[in-house]
Amino acid sequence: MKDYLAAFLDLFGGDSQADRVVPPTGFTARLTLFTAGAMAFLAVFALALSLASGRLASNWRDALAGSATLRISAPAEQMAAQTERALRILSETPGVAEARALSPEEQRALLEPWFGPDLPVESLPVPQLIEVRESGQGYDGDGLRLRLQAELPGAVLDDHTRWRRPLVQAAGRLKILGWAAILLIFGAMGAMITLAANAALAANAQVIQVLRLIGATDAYIAGAFVRRFTLRALAGAALGMVVGLLAILFLPSASAEASILTGLGFQGLHWFWPLLVPPLAGLVAFFATRWAAMRVLGGLR
Amino acid sequence: MIELENVAYSYGGGELLTDMSLRLPPGSFHFLTGPSGAGKTTFLKLCYGALVPTAGHLRMFDKDVREIDRDGIAMARRRIGVVHQDCQFLDHLPVAENIALPLAVSGQDKLEAQADLKELLNWVGLSSRANAYPPELSGGERQRAALARALILSPDVVLADEPTGNVDWDMSQRLLRLLVELNKMGKTIMIATHDLSLIRAAKPHVQARVLRISNRRLQLAGADL
Repeated sequence: MKDYLAAFLDLFGGDSQADRVVPPTGFTARLTLFTAGAMAFLAVFALALSLASGRLASNWRDALAGSATLRISAPAEQMAAQTERALRILSETPGVAEARALSPEEQRALLEPWFGPDLPVESLPVPQLIEVRESGQGYDGDGLRLRLQAELPGAVLDDHTRWRRPLVQAAGRLKILGWAAILLIFGAMGAMITLAANAALAANAQVIQVLRLIGATDAYIAGAFVRRFTLRALAGAALGMVVGLLAILFLPSASAEASILTGLGFQGLHWFWPLLVPPLAGLVAFFATRWAAMRVLGGLR
Repeated sequence: MIELENVAYSYGGGELLTDMSLRLPPGSFHFLTGPSGAGKTTFLKLCYGALVPTAGHLRMFDKDVREIDRDGIAMARRRIGVVHQDCQFLDHLPVAENIALPLAVSGQDKLEAQADLKELLNWVGLSSRANAYPPELSGGERQRAALARALILSPDVVLADEPTGNVDWDMSQRLLRLLVELNKMGKTIMIATHDLSLIRAAKPHVQARVLRISNRRLQLAGADL
């Protein structure tokens, strides 16, 4: 651990001579830059997806929690009386903050997307809807259902759990998938940088042999490669992050419905999260290159 | 300095060197001879810790080589200058930087190092080639550059593997004179060579022990020369 810390601090101290012992390798340099850039770009999108999903799940949870709908199906002549009775029951139920019967205009507006604007709601046996708002403490849903069943058999209480839960679950899983994608992206970056580092180490076998011969320690030799790959990964990831952020910035902005497509992006302090991508890429490159270098050097005497 | 006691080295099931005992005291001068493939390079590699004996004991600076870790081997090599026949350099660095590499590797003071480097380049006659790149050097210049690199840390021991293998007679005499001069400064020298004329040429100038590897064993060969 102490060795890793010393090697990490050495990155910033630098040793221009040590950096010069490894000849410039165009191929691995370009590969590392491109890999880090592409992966950082994808990581920014995965991060945006994950944060947007989390936001969406939270929005849905907040918007739908605390509200319920009571649907009363009754013959037309009994509808008003049953509605009044239902409102009285609700007003007597602890935990219900407000209960309001929807007006015919509001009910028409709800049905309008399916039946058009000229639907004669009054002449159709459409159930009466009552919007229920619960107070902070919440109400006993099972108890209320039992009472409604006994006094108003035609009333159905829908607290939205049935369709809210799968939506929130789906958004939650999308969020987890986003984080998993970020982990995979960094894993793939580590694997690619390890391959590039191995290629560089193999191409510089003679350099390593000369350095061992003149008394260079493993830490010195590995450090020369580690510094180079870490700085390249940092630079590539910084570029990828900037491009990713610009791409997100120019996505269509979130609409009122805040669907997952239009809501993909960052809000508020979330814009700072992508700034973590380049240092993380540097860290991945640091460990990947050091591991590769130490493995190769361990095989030499 | 370096001490071998009944050392053997096997590779791939076959014993390449066996029952070798030798002590390289400070300030001594040794020639190591033997036909090509006798194991001279293997012997030198054992001496600087690039190979580990499969039997017997080898001590570098009073420590058994098996008990020295990788960093310890690196530190020991800073006290042993090695010159190979196919002297390897970092081709992308100029000669001066190649020679100064051991200084950089051991983290020595840069200003002081510059003075040492200048003096050494002058001593091996490469001052005018300091900024040339290794592929631009002749065989003799490469050998001298390799010798300079081996000496920059002022090691206690210099091990040279066929240092005159790729150079003409005049250059081999010049290199030999440099090595003799080093020995007079108190350095321990061992030169592996199959060129007996080099040993004969050295005889008037230095008191050297001549060893020969024959049938995988180390023998004293002074009487033959």
